[in-house]
Amino acid sequence: MPTMTMIQALNSALDVKLSQDPDVLIFGEDVGYFGGVFRVTDGLQKKHGLKRCFDTPISEGGIIATAIGMGAYGLRPVAEIQFADYILPAFDQLISEAARLRYRSGGQFWAPITVRAPYGGGIFGGQTHSQSPEAIFAHVTGLKTVIPSNPYDAKGLLIAAIECDDPVIFLEPKRLYNGPFYGRPDQAAKTWAGDPTAEVPEGHYSVPLGKAAIVREGRDVTVLAYGTMVHVAKAGIEEAGVDAELIDLRSIVPLDIDTIVASVAKTGRCVILHEASRYAGFGAELSALVQERCFWALKSPIARVAGWDTPYPHAFEWDYFPGPARLAKALRGVMEDS
Amino acid sequence: MPANRLDLHIPEPSARPGDQPRFAGLHLSAPGEIRRPDSLADEAEMRDLPYGLVRVLDDDGNAVGPWAPVVAPEVLLKGLRTMMTVRAVDDRLFRAHRQGKTSFYMKSAGEEAVGVAQSLALGATDMCFPTYRMLGWLLARDYPLVDFANQVFSNEQDPLKGRQLPVLMSARAYGFYSLSGNLGSRYGHAVGWAMASAYRHDDGIAIAHVGEGTTAEGNFHEALTFASTYRAPCILCVTNNQWAISTFSGMAAGNAETFAIKAIAYGIPGLRVDGNDFLAVWAATRWAAERARANLGPTLIELFTYRQEGHSTSDDPGRYRPAREADAWPLGDPVERLKHHLISTGAWDEARHAALAGEITETVKSAVKEAEAVGTLGQSKPPVGEMFEDVFAQADWRVIEQRRELGA
Repeated sequence: MPTMTMIQALNSALDVKLSQDPDVLIFGEDVGYFGGVFRVTDGLQKKHGLKRCFDTPISEGGIIATAIGMGAYGLRPVAEIQFADYILPAFDQLISEAARLRYRSGGQFWAPITVRAPYGGGIFGGQTHSQSPEAIFAHVTGLKTVIPSNPYDAKGLLIAAIECDDPVIFLEPKRLYNGPFYGRPDQAAKTWAGDPTAEVPEGHYSVPLGKAAIVREGRDVTVLAYGTMVHVAKAGIEEAGVDAELIDLRSIVPLDIDTIVASVAKTGRCVILHEASRYAGFGAELSALVQERCFWALKSPIARVAGWDTPYPHAFEWDYFPGPARLAKALRGVMEDS
Repeated sequence: MPANRLDLHIPEPSARPGDQPRFAGLHLSAPGEIRRPDSLADEAEMRDLPYGLVRVLDDDGNAVGPWAPVVAPEVLLKGLRTMMTVRAVDDRLFRAHRQGKTSFYMKSAGEEAVGVAQSLALGATDMCFPTYRMLGWLLARDYPLVDFANQVFSNEQDPLKGRQLPVLMSARAYGFYSLSGNLGSRYGHAVGWAMASAYRHDDGIAIAHVGEGTTAEGNFHEALTFASTYRAPCILCVTNNQWAISTFSGMAAGNAETFAIKAIAYGIPGLRVDGNDFLAVWAATRWAAERARANLGPTLIELFTYRQEGHSTSDDPGRYRPAREADAWPLGDPVERLKHHLISTGAWDEARHAALAGEITETVKSAVKEAEAVGTLGQSKPPVGEMFEDVFAQADWRVIEQRRELGA
């Protein structure tokens, strides 16, 4: 089986869908001839033709509006927003239109669109190339939000997103594009080579939306994470030396609530890790759900480890970024509390 | 103030309540004055058009000049009947709001020719991305009056299952895309829809509308950029009815002479058309559709009209514009003008008109009564379980749990 980086796996997913389904079109800023600033669409225009994978004007609102119109017509457009930080001009389209079209039209129109966007920090991208806006999307009724953490899932989830009849926000942790990242910037960057999740089949397969993965089984504490933080969590769990169960949510809408509840019911402790700012971050919803459903099983307060409530700071990237040491501290804390 | 000091400019309309109606700078052309280039001509050869005003009907009801279309009298009579029906439905349902039977209503008064003429000028595979003053599009395609009234009452038979504000319709089978209250947010959908039709080598085109006020929104310009870039087979319309709630058209126009001239910057044809002239609207729409179907891309059409009544049931135009401004509108009333034309051609007469008006009043009354019998707002509603459907293609656990929690 071939080994792929996350970029190659995403490219493979798009290639598979372009080959299988003439209704799939790909477009966005710089995605056509050039193949995208992160190379995710590299070679697709050459292989599948100009009309299947093409450049757009620099207009995120226009890109998403066009995608919705195409989707309502019956196509399955895949739009790339160059960085998740740039998605804000398209918010009216995503929230007022894509997410609401099926509902308000009584099921007569809908938007089966996929919106891909590189997201998250860890690359010294500063304020406008590092943010994690997933909680904003999670709050919008009618949108699905997916965040892969490895090449195998990235391909399978992207195929599932494209095949889904609802609008899907597909956030790609850019720090994971070329290798796993354990939150230790002082260590040499790793590649995906040799990682079992980098073994990616060439053909079609999908990973269902709304199904979490138990990355590591454990008895004492449940760690909930997604995207880059799945790898940071592995490092933090190792550093703390606790027997933690690590759950990679893979999609936050739909959320695999059953897997979360089963795990916390077993461990009695829960630590939530995400890169986005803590206040009203997705961890707040996770914390509320766990409290509502697992209160009598809890042996210690739920803990959240997240980005600080500041804009994403350039020089202070590693002070801001919730690394393994902060997770380890939280893990030790919940163990001591009980 | 010394001449070298900066000063802030805030534009104002030419007349306010208490003033005589005064329409300054309307740039009206005479009927028949504007040339009609071939619909397949090069855009560069028609940049004079958006400064003029395409008019066909003169003051005597004659169809004059190069834009005068060949339209069968039956189509024009259908147009007249439909415009009269729109007005009757609007009057009846506006009153229903005043009687507490619904929460909200918006009339098309004065703009009926836009929706009706365009609906009749375009085909069954074309899709309209309308404003909320396009009831005429639906009724021209024989959308059942009772279904519309059911939607306005959000009752058990509401085709939109009680989910949407009155008038904000969706009717796919009638070529009527889903309306929303956010302005201009579907303009770009029309472009995407048109691009999809072109991609599949289908024959349908898209037509979309915004009011003149909404041309200030980013999505207006985004849609024009995409439409021009990809030569999307669509007709992008600006229904300039002079008023965006209480804000006069100059607030969106700035120093621009017309809204149609925005087409020039996008490299597409721009037409400025008398929106109260049924024949001019019909002719311009057909012209733009011919271009679109020939793969020559989009046309921007400014439909120059006047909003005769308030923005909605929540508005009182007497507070911001002269009371008799609607009567003073120099381009008249679309229903009266088409009626006049049909009488002058001998296809119609006052007696038949009066009979038709009576018949329409009865038809509308009967349809609205039928909807009222199902129930008005609050007296009847779809099963509450419907509230939880169509959030996603398949309900997720949140919706399932919450539906159970509500006992629905």
